This record gives sequence, C-alpha cells and structure tokens, in this order.
Amino acid sequence: MLYTAHTTYDDIENKAVGDFGCGCGILSIAAAMMGSAYNVGFDIDPDAIAIALRNCEEFEIEMDFILADLSESAVLPSSSGNSTSSHDSFTMMKGKLDTILMNPPFGTREKGIDMVFLKRGIDLANHAVYSLHKTSTREHILKKAKEWGVKCEVVAELRYNLDKSYSFHKKKSQDIAVDFLRFEKCL
Amino acid sequence: MRLITHNMLQCHVKGCNANNFPLEFQEVELEQEEAEMNEDFLRNMLTKLEYDALVSTCLKLGINDLPATMPADAAYNDEFLQILHRVILETHVKSGKMICPNCKHIYNIRDGIPNMLLAEHEV
Repeated sequence: MLYTAHTTYDDIENKAVGDFGCGCGILSIAAAMMGSAYNVGFDIDPDAIAIALRNCEEFEIEMDFILADLSESAVLPSSSGNSTSSHDSFTMMKGKLDTILMNPPFGTREKGIDMVFLKRGIDLANHAVYSLHKTSTREHILKKAKEWGVKCEVVAELRYNLDKSYSFHKKKSQDIAVDFLRFEKCL
Repeated sequence: MRLITHNMLQCHVKGCNANNFPLEFQEVELEQEEAEMNEDFLRNMLTKLEYDALVSTCLKLGINDLPATMPADAAYNDEFLQILHRVILETHVKSGKMICPNCKHIYNIRDGIPNMLLAEHEV
C-alpha cells in the first residue's frame, strides 16, 4: 500500500514522516523500511504505543512517539473552513513533516472524528497526506478536499474484514470497503 | 524522544498561546544512540528547525557543540551537519519533564515518550 507512496509519488524516501493515530506503528515501520529519514507517531493510547515500541525494536527502526490527543477541540476549524484564525496546539509542527500517514478511527460512535484527524493532518503536513477511509464516505471527502483546496486521489481500494469490536456492533464481523487516499497540498 | 521532536513541541493548555515554546527540560536522563546520517534529510531540515530554540535547549542540557547561529554555508558544511545530526537525531531523552515557560504546565517523559495529554479542564 505505502509502496505506491514511495515509488509513484516519492513521498517517503529521505522524508520526515508523521503517523497520526499510529496504533502499533505498522504504517511508520513500512515507511522506515522504504527509507524515510525521520518518523514520529502520535497516539492517545499508551498501550498501543508500548506495542509500537516493541515492534520498532523488532524491526530495528528508530522512531519517536508522542502520547497526544489529535482530536482535541482546539483544532476544529471555524465553520467557514477558514483555518487561518483557528489556534492549533500543534502549530509548531506545521510544515515540518513532509508526509503524514494516518489510519483514523472510523466505525466508532464518534462520528466525524476521522475528518478531524484528516483536517489536522492536511493543515500540518508540508506536502502530502495519506489516509484510509470508508469508501462509502468518498464523495463527502472529495467535497471536503475541494473546500480545503487540496488535491485528492484514490490510490487503492481495499477490503477490510472488521471483527466485532464494540458492543453496539450488531454483526460478528463485517466486510467493509476502504479507500486509501492521497491528498496533496497545492502551493 | 530525540531532540528533533522536542523542537516541534509546544504547550497546548487552553489559553496558553504565547511564549509556550520551547518547553524547558528538567531532571532529564539523556542517552546517545548512533544513527545513520542522512545529509539530504538534514539539509531539508535546516530551514524547518527552530534553531535558536534548539541551541538554547542544548545549552541547558550541557550540550554546547552547536554554534550560536547557523553557519551561512550550513547545507554544505560537513562538520556542522555532523554535529547537527548528533544533536537532533542521536540524542534521546529517556525520562524527565518538560515545563512550559509561560504557564508552567509539566509534561512528563517516561520510557522516552512525552505525555502531551491534558486533563479535561485544561483543553
């Protein structure tokens, strides 16, 4: 999946790569294997970071982690979509990470959190953002990307088999169609 | 956490919008770990680093190898790039605290991971 980011778009090699909601670190580990120069992962869950650290050790990958809440309200842009006035608690990061990867939470009760992640990533990234979203939300995301003034293309279509992970999930497991999207900031 | 990451972190307590960078280290435990040097990456980072903040942070940690101002020929100054590499990519903060110069909020670092989470009333 990330291979395309590397070979087609040259968004990985020698780059500073951020990983939003890094979980066990798999996307960053893949990026590091393809030659990213610096990796930093963000997650709200210390247990996930602990697992990610062990995975990095196993693959002998150097990566920093930050325990942080990326859905924090400070980032929410004003409804006009004009983000210049909004105060972001990560402004210091702005433009420093060439590429931001994310697998934002979806299929949870908190609707729209994936869009908060995405907006934040697009604000902070220097060049490109890669993200996974349910195919059913593609139209909505394409519309948003246009509003935000970024290019968006579908890099790959995948199928996920999601096991029942919340008590409100009705089925034991469900196949869902997922898009791997690339956003590029137009300078 | 390496010092390059610290160079991007600021306080984000609600209402703390000025003088909230760089976070001041206290009681830190440092470790040097060798890493492969990537000159292209370093050159790319030269314009992105908050260099003054990096120098002042280093001085407080007792690291005084960096020149006070970035050399004009930094991109092709091998000696400088090597020092920079050692400082930002090989110096790890294993544990300690980071304190906001403005509101004095304390962010703890454990097992090399800074905890930037805030309590609900601080967001």
